[in-house]
Amino acid sequence: MFTLPKIPIGSWVNSIVEWARIELKPVFDIITVVIEFLVSGFRDTLMLIHPIILIIIMMALVWWIANRKVAIGTALGLLLAYDLQLWEPSITTFALVLSSTILALIVGLPLGIWTARSELAHKLIMPLLDFMQTMPPFVYLIPAVFFFGIGNVPGLIATVVFAMPPAIRLTGLGIRQVPEELVEAADAFGSTPSQKLFKVQLPMALPTIMAGINQVIMLSLSMVVIAAMIGAGGLGAVVLRGIQRLDIAMGFEGGLAIVIVAIILDRITQSLTEKRKAKA
Amino acid sequence: MGDKRSDGNLPKVKVENLSKVFGDHPEKAIELLNQGYSKDEILSKTKQTIGVNNANFEVHSQETFVLMGLSGSGKSTLMRCINRLIEPTIGKVLIDGEDILQADKENLREIRRKKLGMVFQRFALFPHKTILDNVGYGLEVQGLELQERRGASQKVLDMVGLKGYEDSYPAQLSGGMQQRVGLARALASDPDILLMDEAFSALDPLIRKEMQDELLSLQAKMNKTIIFVTHDLDEALKIGDRIALMKDGAIVQIGSGEEILTHPANEYVRKFVEDVDISRVLTAEGVMKSPSTTVTTKDGPRLALRRMKELGISSIFVVSRDRKFEGLLTAEDALEAAEAQKDTIKDYITKDIPRVSPGTPLTELIPIIADSKYPVVVISEDGTLQGIIIRGAVLAGMVRKGEDD
Repeated sequence: MFTLPKIPIGSWVNSIVEWARIELKPVFDIITVVIEFLVSGFRDTLMLIHPIILIIIMMALVWWIANRKVAIGTALGLLLAYDLQLWEPSITTFALVLSSTILALIVGLPLGIWTARSELAHKLIMPLLDFMQTMPPFVYLIPAVFFFGIGNVPGLIATVVFAMPPAIRLTGLGIRQVPEELVEAADAFGSTPSQKLFKVQLPMALPTIMAGINQVIMLSLSMVVIAAMIGAGGLGAVVLRGIQRLDIAMGFEGGLAIVIVAIILDRITQSLTEKRKAKA
Repeated sequence: MGDKRSDGNLPKVKVENLSKVFGDHPEKAIELLNQGYSKDEILSKTKQTIGVNNANFEVHSQETFVLMGLSGSGKSTLMRCINRLIEPTIGKVLIDGEDILQADKENLREIRRKKLGMVFQRFALFPHKTILDNVGYGLEVQGLELQERRGASQKVLDMVGLKGYEDSYPAQLSGGMQQRVGLARALASDPDILLMDEAFSALDPLIRKEMQDELLSLQAKMNKTIIFVTHDLDEALKIGDRIALMKDGAIVQIGSGEEILTHPANEYVRKFVEDVDISRVLTAEGVMKSPSTTVTTKDGPRLALRRMKELGISSIFVVSRDRKFEGLLTAEDALEAAEAQKDTIKDYITKDIPRVSPGTPLTELIPIIADSKYPVVVISEDGTLQGIIIRGAVLAGMVRKGEDD
């Protein structure tokens, strides 16, 4: 029987990765330093504060951003995490999510703006985003380990790659959704392209961009847990240990703490979005 | 409806041989256009859509020029070519003699900021900005300081009657008020030219009429050059000094409202203007008779009587030496003056004669004529007698125009 010769896609990717690992080493080193600085900066700062004080600060902050109900829920949730003796991993997870969200936005927002302004960029980037989002997240872990070893850094890299697409998509979408007549008005009164962007397009796209940011945070959280498989710390590591030891109690407590962190982050970003909408 | 002409020779806006083709290969379509193919033929042959087909017109300083046509006639496209929101394929747009199509990005922005204000059909206010900041947007992008900007915006906002709404957001205002904001925004940087794209079409009829009147009274004070796009003939006739009627991207006829109504250039224009209310556009000037028989204040009563007898009339109009209108002399009064042995008729003139200006529309004339036992006189701005209107002439005028259709 005739058999098709196998196209060696796997080995091509392999050689590209191999080449990059050696040739781009200085770049990876810089990235490593930056990420480690970010993550440990957040984590160490938050760990300096006594948990109870931090819970009170968080509660006040959430009260100010959202409302009393969310604030009380936040306080109770965090107290539970503290009580379960999952405070340190919770804070690590929080620091990882915060760092990856910031990095995803730093890269994603400008890319999103670019897709809105250039048809070519739109056509190039959109299929890439489809690719990034449908690829099973575990696959990102392999090259991340290859380039950055194991630990928080490769975990965070994989997380940023996984969580970035909504930031790009929804920023682009938000800008494209600005009514044509308003863009015309901005042009008709003699706006420069950047005046048009910052005075009209971005403010009007903000609710959509905020929805994107919310998604980035949620995706980051889910990926940070998976990244525990390549040595990222935090609650993911707790859950992973539970799986490895078939320790149901440990797995469930870790999972519960993840849910708490997720709900808190979600409510905060949603309130930010709604506040914006109400103002406009 | 007066025809205000520029005092300089230069038209404020001049559009020369301007065409706009939508599609990937405009040059093919332009070639076919030059060979005289129609919009539909070009679409089927080349898949290119003709937006504007070889438009030529001039707009004089302080004139209100209306681009009128049905939807899809290319009127909005043509207007957008003037400030290059749409890039014309070929042609020239001269603003104060300068071809805006040759301007680089920097210059174009400068011209848009300083010379061209625009008002949009759906208002196009920025929902995230307050009313005052919306009005000041043009000044903001010009880099004016906040205080200066707010001061100037406040003035224009007061002018359009929206004092007290400075800190509201557009969504809190009614449609009519929103469009006042739109107008104020366009006026804030004091441009010479206002581009108004179906500016009142989204408003309900009463508010719309109110806005038209408001625009006319603002225009009487500001003397801007206005280019106004509308699909509504009544609106065009009301506010336009001259009207350009468009079909399939081409201008079919340019003229004053009355010219278009009384001498339509072709069947299309005739159909377009068919159902317009004739008496609304006919003016006193159109139905008045020339006052061939007059006497002057210096004439004696006997001369006046003899003229009346010659023409078989019972009253005669009196003017001063320089044809300024003085009043009316009836046969009875002339007789009384003659019997009193007076040398002149000066003291026997009836002065309270209804007077109208040449631009008074027929609809306003009819009640005046109905209330008066004397003929109505038409007086120009400097007081000279232009003509007289008798009842029969008004009715005859309406019938005659009616028959033309």
